[in-house]
Amino acid sequence: MWRLLEGPQTLGRGRWFWTGFVVCLGIAAGYPVFVDGYTVGNTVYFFDWVFMALGLCLIWGYGGALSFGQTAFFGLSGYGYGVLTTDFGAAHGFTLLALLLSVGLAAAFAALLGYFLFFGRISGVFLGIVTLSVTLVCERFMSQTAGPEWHVGAARLNGYNGMNAMPPLTLPWSGGDIVLFPDIGLYYLVLALLVLVYLALRMLVNSRFGNVLVAIRENPERAEMLGYDVRLYQLAAFVIGSALAGLSGALYTSWGQYITPSSMGLNAAALPIVWVAVGGRHDLTATLVGTLVVLAGFQALTIYGSQYALVVMGALLVATVLLAPRGLVAGPVEALLRRRRPGSAR
Amino acid sequence: MSALLQTEALDKHYGGLHVTAGVSLALEEGEIHCLIGPNGAGKSTLFKLILGAVLPSGGRILYAGEDITNLKPFQRIRRGMSVKFQVPGIFQALTVRQNLAIALQHHLARAHLDREIDRLLEFLGLHAAGLQRASELSHGQKQWLEIGMAVALKPRLLLLDEPTAGMSPDETHATGELVRSLNRAGVTVLAVEHDMEFVRQVAQRVSVLHLGRIFAQGSMQEIVADERVAEIYFGETRYD
Repeated sequence: MWRLLEGPQTLGRGRWFWTGFVVCLGIAAGYPVFVDGYTVGNTVYFFDWVFMALGLCLIWGYGGALSFGQTAFFGLSGYGYGVLTTDFGAAHGFTLLALLLSVGLAAAFAALLGYFLFFGRISGVFLGIVTLSVTLVCERFMSQTAGPEWHVGAARLNGYNGMNAMPPLTLPWSGGDIVLFPDIGLYYLVLALLVLVYLALRMLVNSRFGNVLVAIRENPERAEMLGYDVRLYQLAAFVIGSALAGLSGALYTSWGQYITPSSMGLNAAALPIVWVAVGGRHDLTATLVGTLVVLAGFQALTIYGSQYALVVMGALLVATVLLAPRGLVAGPVEALLRRRRPGSAR
Repeated sequence: MSALLQTEALDKHYGGLHVTAGVSLALEEGEIHCLIGPNGAGKSTLFKLILGAVLPSGGRILYAGEDITNLKPFQRIRRGMSVKFQVPGIFQALTVRQNLAIALQHHLARAHLDREIDRLLEFLGLHAAGLQRASELSHGQKQWLEIGMAVALKPRLLLLDEPTAGMSPDETHATGELVRSLNRAGVTVLAVEHDMEFVRQVAQRVSVLHLGRIFAQGSMQEIVADERVAEIYFGETRYD
């Protein structure tokens, strides 16, 4: 099983890579000790988004299917968490169950949508158009739910203003539940989840499933002519990737205790594409690093105005496509590896 | 011998254009059967019909006694068919070893993959290129790699669409020998081919397709001796 952690579909292998991994993990573990609570909470905010980026990396980078609508699953799961915790409260660690149910809801919606997409043989740019349309429809729909008639149990959907004041994540404990506000506790929980998801995805893409997924990206007709049901593999990747977008959505909602329709809008939908493309969509590690760097840069830029930050994000995407199509992280690393090991693809 | 693959009155038309019209072809188990014919005869369409890449307008296809007319391509492959396309259908960005691994992992445990890949690389003469990206191979090597991927599935029926397209005469001859050795190992082969030297080298039976119909059938000698076949290839010849 451990052999799957490094393989042909992931950059980084051997003693040096894993030593670096442990060092980074050590730094991340010690980080909250050296910074203030606000910075820790802000870092959790960055971590929350990375799950969606890794999911898109799987669907698009490994599977070759560009989904422009991952925010639909993000939003659905976020609203799911909001409704469940508003209606049923947070006692006895119910928030954790709500988190799981919300992710399940996103996965179920992805399975339904993905069935029609992939079994209907929708691919290429049309897949992007349909998924973008889905997230925009979700945004429009949620924006018009301001009236009192739009509620699920006691939970009002609140239209354009979105839902707020839902409880944060709680851990059941003998002396009373531990409430995970955006501070050290939540930081370690999300960091642990991130490491777990990253390693699990490395194993997935280096497994037989991952090999076939990459084969489908490279040449779907040939993959089918080797006996693989291409539709099933693409659907599975789509569901897993969308469940991760759902995980981002539920974590984000519990982190800030709010979720709004704009989280499914055009701007929000475009950003994951930028994170994944800039880092390097063909590799999980490049996506992880690229997403964190771009998110931090984006937040720093918003000090000067959110519109300027979006323009810079657009410019960054164009520059990546034109100058480093394999990503600003993955591209140089791959080139370096090829120089060290001529003739080797990885 | 019994028919491994049989098409019965197979018809494909696009509007009023009949690309294949009532093609009935029986492929015996263990033979190398070549399908030839001038451009536009319907060879590629018949090939796609057998593979399931396009569905017929009429007729049916039997494989090992089973009606596979409406099966998807991957379902046909899982029943023991395998294909090599005219334009090499390989995974360009992956290494040669990875290409073979994806084909082999269907029926082979991970522990045995490396040994089987080494064996295939040796068989294909690509042992020095295992870690190269497939896109870096020569055209002939790409063709062999794809043959290797098709063979890796351990097929009962190997379908070859112009397997020697773009090859030098030496490469063509080597490919012919490779196909014959596979056939000796028990693989039935159906090849669509333009290169008559290759057909002469490998074919045990030849079918000529013309205007979407089976026009003639027999051994290579019989086909060469058939004046009607010469006419459809070169036009009517008059010496008076």
